[in-house]
This record gives sequence, structure tokens and C-alpha cells, in this order.
Amino acid sequence: MSQGQFVHLKIWRQEKRDVPGKFEEFKIPYKRGMNIISCLMEIQRNPVTASGSKTTPVVWDSNCLEEVCGSCTMNINGKVRMACSALVDRLDQPITLEPLKKFPLDRDLTVDRERMFDSLKKVKAWIDLDGTHDLGPGPRQSPKDQAVRYKISECMTCAACLEACPQVSIDNHFIGASAIAQARLFNLHPTGAKNADERTRGLMGEGGIQDCGKAQNCSLVCPKEIPLTTNITKMNLEATKLSIKDLFTDEGQRTHK
Amino acid sequence: MAEPRYTVVGGGLAGLMAVIKLAEAGKQVDLMSIVPVKRSHSVCAQGGINGAVNTMGEGDHPDIHVKDTLRGGDFLAEQTSVKGMCYAAPGIIYMLDRMGVTFNRTPEGLLDFRRFGGTLHHRTAFAGATTGQQLLYALDEQVRRYEVMGRVRKFEYWEWLGMVKDGAGNCIGSVAMDMRSMEIRTFPAEAVLLATGGPGIVFGRSTNSVINTGTAAGRAFLEGALYANGEFIQVHPTAIPGEDKLRLMSESVRGEGGRVWVPKKKGDTRRGEDIPESERWYFLEERYPKYKNLVPRDVATREIFQVCRELGMGIGGGDAVYLDVTHIPAPTLDAKIKGVMEIYEKFVGDDPRRIPMKIFPGMHYSMGGLWVQFQPNADNVPEPGHPLNQQTSIPGLYAAGEVDFAFHGGNRLGANSLLSCIYSGQLVGPSMINYAASRTRGEDQAYFTDAKREWEDRFESIRKMDGTENPYVLAQELGDLMTDACTVVRVNAKLEKALEKIGELKDRWTRVNVLDQGANANRALSFVNQLSNMFALSEIIAKGALLRDESRGAHYKPEFSLPEPKTRDPNEDPEWMELWRQRNEKWAKITIAKHTPNGVDISYKDLPTPVLDPEPRWYA
Repeated sequence: MSQGQFVHLKIWRQEKRDVPGKFEEFKIPYKRGMNIISCLMEIQRNPVTASGSKTTPVVWDSNCLEEVCGSCTMNINGKVRMACSALVDRLDQPITLEPLKKFPLDRDLTVDRERMFDSLKKVKAWIDLDGTHDLGPGPRQSPKDQAVRYKISECMTCAACLEACPQVSIDNHFIGASAIAQARLFNLHPTGAKNADERTRGLMGEGGIQDCGKAQNCSLVCPKEIPLTTNITKMNLEATKLSIKDLFTDEGQRTHK
Repeated sequence: MAEPRYTVVGGGLAGLMAVIKLAEAGKQVDLMSIVPVKRSHSVCAQGGINGAVNTMGEGDHPDIHVKDTLRGGDFLAEQTSVKGMCYAAPGIIYMLDRMGVTFNRTPEGLLDFRRFGGTLHHRTAFAGATTGQQLLYALDEQVRRYEVMGRVRKFEYWEWLGMVKDGAGNCIGSVAMDMRSMEIRTFPAEAVLLATGGPGIVFGRSTNSVINTGTAAGRAFLEGALYANGEFIQVHPTAIPGEDKLRLMSESVRGEGGRVWVPKKKGDTRRGEDIPESERWYFLEERYPKYKNLVPRDVATREIFQVCRELGMGIGGGDAVYLDVTHIPAPTLDAKIKGVMEIYEKFVGDDPRRIPMKIFPGMHYSMGGLWVQFQPNADNVPEPGHPLNQQTSIPGLYAAGEVDFAFHGGNRLGANSLLSCIYSGQLVGPSMINYAASRTRGEDQAYFTDAKREWEDRFESIRKMDGTENPYVLAQELGDLMTDACTVVRVNAKLEKALEKIGELKDRWTRVNVLDQGANANRALSFVNQLSNMFALSEIIAKGALLRDESRGAHYKPEFSLPEPKTRDPNEDPEWMELWRQRNEKWAKITIAKHTPNGVDISYKDLPTPVLDPEPRWYA
């Protein structure tokens, strides 16, 4: 659906967090196979708006450009997605680019997603390794278990699931689908299972899994098509089982004091 | 004095592995990265990681891995580090397995291994076709654990600008800039590790990530660190050309049975899927009956280049050949290389399970990098913990990962890069600790104050640049120039011209417009500085290529190539062997680039071969 010679873009420009922003429009030469990133790169080489006034290059985050690093998440025509895999030929014009709205803005299309990395700390999203010295192979795992874990481990912390979630807002603490699925990734590992309760408890406090409103937007927007709602359901079950178990164990009583 | 700290620059596999080694030893680490470390370029590695674990009953052994690697690198790799790496490989794969990497499994639940280029063994452990991503995440998780324990401080969105040196020329810290607040500050350190990756962006479009400008390595070079084998640039045979980048189609596609072909009829206008088997020319299989589609990358790249450019046999007469997996059942493809299938589907729009992919070579990897040293022990592997291991020519400055020159020689074998990153990261941690233990530190506050002021002044003057040249246009021109002159085929006349043009670009840089006066997240400001370091690297690459009058590995100069031997096995052609011996004696040497006031100075350093005697490299 090439629209003749030019690609028409409307891009959100904002110098920093607490100042007002505005849209700037650009018309850039069309080339076959263009994605949003190549449009932004073209603006760097010629930072002039559609009305002919000079402006600064747009600031955005991107890195791998093949949808594995999770950097270039933004709202494109009102929908959260990765800019690298957003091909111009498949988008209605003018193409609107806006930053993620559930995260503090840094500048233009860049935001601070530290919240997501903090959540990974909360759920202890790691294996408690004895050390990096030579201890032989890890536990055997079936190809079937590997397939389940592999899918979850493709999560690139891109933030699409949080952006689309009605329960997440810029000033609340809901942990969101990504970290819930990561907790399950490690609980499913034979070694990780040894600390499964600790991880599940990380999901049970303020802003925890109980805040999920089951809107299921997360699964719809995940660029890696991770079955996030399934993972949330599974972890919900683990959380329920654990809260009952905690009533009867010393460890549980200590944790909930 | 404050508690001693170590600085690691770069959060890819090499950097994170080094951080883990340092933190595990109880040390305090500052981890600095231009992007959140989980988004580092290591995520792009697709195919796998090599290790002669020999669970496939093929009699594989680390010694065979050593031989494949040294031969694959056309005998220009640093041999003791290669041996150390290949022997450490099975243990590294097991460590990653214990960290929870979702490696593919055999029915018995063991690690599965696939084939890769330049070897006849199943030696490559893999996690689908996103192995790099999975490995990076495993290390990222362990680093996060140490972050929670208070041993690691992360400085993400911080850019390393340069070293702080003491009066004796030792590296005692760094200067860096916060890419959000634009604050410049210094980081004193017992030792500094650059694990900053390769220079793909010097070539404009490549398979590399946006951050791979090589700026840190370029700057270290300008500050006196030696750079080695810069001219050895790997062009990957199979990439899909795009406006913004060249997207890699992993070698694992061929490892799982993918076949490369073109129509037998020149300029055939039929769609690939409509061309019958008998009318397809599988040129790699025909020319290399033993390795078939899995010849080393430099060989495959040259063949594809020749088929398209010299014979005009590319698809539709253009720059493309077919990479075909349509004969493999879709469920197998999805279990083993889904990640690559999806990239093709998303960015090209065709389903590669049904329609043969169209690909062409693209700049991929730098075998060369900062010169580092190793202290071999009696077994001819680096002595564990020796402070010299991975140290650059500047005491206190270390390099590991793609940014070091050591492991791949003239050409890197597929799935050896993830391995070399992790091995060098493992090696360098203890080496930095022992370096620190071997020396006493003075109070050097003045060095830090001066370095900070110098950088603040430099950025103040860049901020005032209001000329007519656009820095991103200059970078694009540099990329086109480097891709044209310094990739698959190298010709001296063209290289001389390229050096001249780099000089012109450098001159135009002085008339650059910084484009952005902003005090917040000013990426253009940072890019103008990076560009000057990219010029340094491009000169190293182009001059190294110009002066090396031979063909070796990825460095192919038809003007100076040896004639074809008269026998299939060159060892049976004594006349040719004599030519080869003379050639090898002259050129089996490490190219050393040194910064001088008059530009890049190139010299050659002898390469000891205690592990394996060089031999002619042939795969026919």
C-alpha cells in the first residue's frame, strides 16, 4: 500500500519529562521495504519537518532491528509494537509514533523501563547457582519441558504487555505479565524449582498477581506470542496453593508476619 | 581510600561473564553499558555455541575443535588462547546448562547438538535459533543476582568515553557520559575491561546492532592501545538486505539441511518454488562435495559473490541466491530454527517453509580487534589467573569478546563467537584481580580531575559545531565506502582511493553540524564524537587491507592470490607447496596498528605456532 513518493509521519516530540510535548509531521522519500526505523534514520540525515522547518533528529531507542533485543517498543498508530518489524507498506498514513505511556518519559520516543528490571529482582528470576566452576552438566530435561520453557524465555522485556494492560498505570506497582511469566520460567526448571516458593511469594505482595484483571491484552500484544495469560493462570494457582500451605508452615508464618 | 572497584564496559556475553567472575570472587564491579545490558548485541547470535562434548558418538574431541578453529582461521589465530578456549568449551556449555539455558534436548533429555560450518562434527549446542539471546539472558540473570547482593552497580545508558591514565601510562579508570542527563564523570578502577563488541556500523548496514559503532575500541586505539588484524572482516554468506540493516539468516539454517542454489538457466524468470530440481544449480554442493553447504563462511561468501557478480547467475541476474529449506518438514524447522524462519517471514513477508529464501552476503563480524596478550603454561594454554591474559598494550586496560583480536584469526567459524566471548570473559576476571593485587595504587585525584575537564571541554566544543555537514550523512557515506572497498574482494587501487576518501570525510567532520543543542538525552552530540572514533577504525581496516598483499581467510585479494594447485589436495603438488610456504613465511603474521601523529602505522608481529603447524587450507 505504498502511498506514492512520500511517507507521512506524525511523531511525538518532547524535550524532557515535565515540559509539554507536541506532534511534528514529516514527509520522507518512500523506499520499498522501509520500516519505521529506516524512516527515523532518514530524519536523522535530514531533520526537516513537513512544513520545511529545521528540527532536531528524533530520539528513540533501538538496537538489534530484528525483534530480539526489546528496545524499540513504541505506540504506532495507537498500538504498542516493535518499530523494527513495523513495515511502512502495512501501515495507514499518516503514521503516528508516540512513546510508551505507562513509563516515565526520557525524551521524544524514549522512556525509562527500569520498573521491569526491578520486577525481575522481585521474583528472583534466576537459578541460584553454586558457582561457575566445573560441576558437570545440569539436570536432564525432556524436549517437551524445554519447549514450554523456551517460549517463555524468549521474553525480551520489551514492555508491550505492561503498556497494553489496563491494570498498569504510570504510578502504580502492578508487576505485570512479563515478570509473572519469568517466575514460572524458573519454577519450571528442576534446579529453579528448589526456590519456587520464594519466587511465587514475590508475586503475592502489593502490586502482585492478584491485581491482574484478566483483560488478556498482554497475550494479544506480545511480539513473541508468549502465552502470557496461560502463565498467569498457572502462577495464580501456585500462589493460591502457597498461601494455603503458608497457613500451616513456620516458614509461611514468618513470611506473612 | 574508597573500596577498590573494577569497571566492565559492555554488557554482552564477554562483559557479563567477566562481571560474574569478579563478583563471584567478592569484588565490587561497575558495569557500564550504552543500552540496558539485556539488550546487548549478543542477543542477535542465532545458531549456537561450539563445544566438543561428543555426546553424539562421533569421536569428537577438543583437539579436533582446536584444529578446525585454527584451520578455519587460516592460521592467524593466537594459538594458546584457541586451545584454552576449545578445552574449556564443554565446561562452559555445562555451566550455561546449569544456569537454566533452554538448550534443545535429545529424547533422553541430554543436550542436543547440531552441525555448523567448517567442521564435520555435531558440535553446536543451541536453544532454537535464538541461542545468543538465551545465553545473554542466563548471564544477565546471574549478574542481577549479584546486583541484588550489592556487588554490582549498573550504569546503563552510560557511554564510555576514554581512559584515565596515570603518569606511567597505566589505565587507572575511565571517563563516561550519562546519555540521559549528559553528565560526564570519572570512574576510578583497579582495572578496566572493554567488552564493547565489534565495529559493524563502520560499514553502515551490516548484521550488527545499532550500537556497534566500535567507538570504544577506536578511542582506546587513539589513546595508545594497539589494534591487531583489523583488516579481517567476516562477511556472512546469508543475510537479507534491508534499508536499515542486513538481517542475518543463521548458518544453522544450513546446519539443519538448508541448501544454497541458483537457477541453471541464467536470468530464469520463474519463481524459485516453480523451478524443478533438475534445473537448479547447487554450486556449493558441487564444488565442495565433503563439506557441501557447510564450508567456512569466507568460502561460501566468495562463492556466492562470484556466482552473482562474475558469472551473472544470481536470481534474476541480481545480487541474490536461494537458501532453501522447503524440503525440510515444517515442524522440524519450527523446533530447531523457528527464530530465523520468523525473521524472514516478518521482514520479507514470504513463508520460508514454502518459498525458498533469497539471500546475499552481508558484513557480520570483525576477527581483528584490540591486541591482547596471553601467558601460556606448559600445556600451551593461558595460565589461569595470570594478569597478562587478555591485557591490551596498556597496563590495566583489558579487552574481551569481539573487541579482542585473538581467537578467530583470518576467519571465524560459526558458533565460535559465543564461545570466545564467554571464555575470554571467564579468563579476564581473575586476570584483572591478580593485576590489581600485584600493584599499589597512589592517590591520583589530579589525573581524574584533568581527564574530566578535558572531556567536558571536548563536548563543549562539539556542542558548538554549527557547520553544514550532517554527521549521519557522513556515517552513511563512510559505510558505503567501506562496504565497497573493504568487504569480499579487495583491490589495492580501490583501497588507496578509500583511504583518501576517509581523509576527506574526516576533514568534512570538522565542518559538522551537531543538529541538537539539547541538554537532555542528546544522542546527536554523542554520535558526532563516536563518528571520529569510527574514522580511526576505518583507517585501520583499510590500511591493513591495502598493505597485506596476499589472500588469507576473509581477506581476499585476487591480485595476490596463489594460483590453483594442480592437484585436488594441494599437498600433492610440490611446486604449489613451495609457493605456499614462501607466502606463509612472509604473511602468517599479526598485523599491528599503532596510532601516531601522522596517522595509522602498520607493522607485523611474528605469530608463534606452538599448538599446530600451519598447513594449506582446503575444503574441496
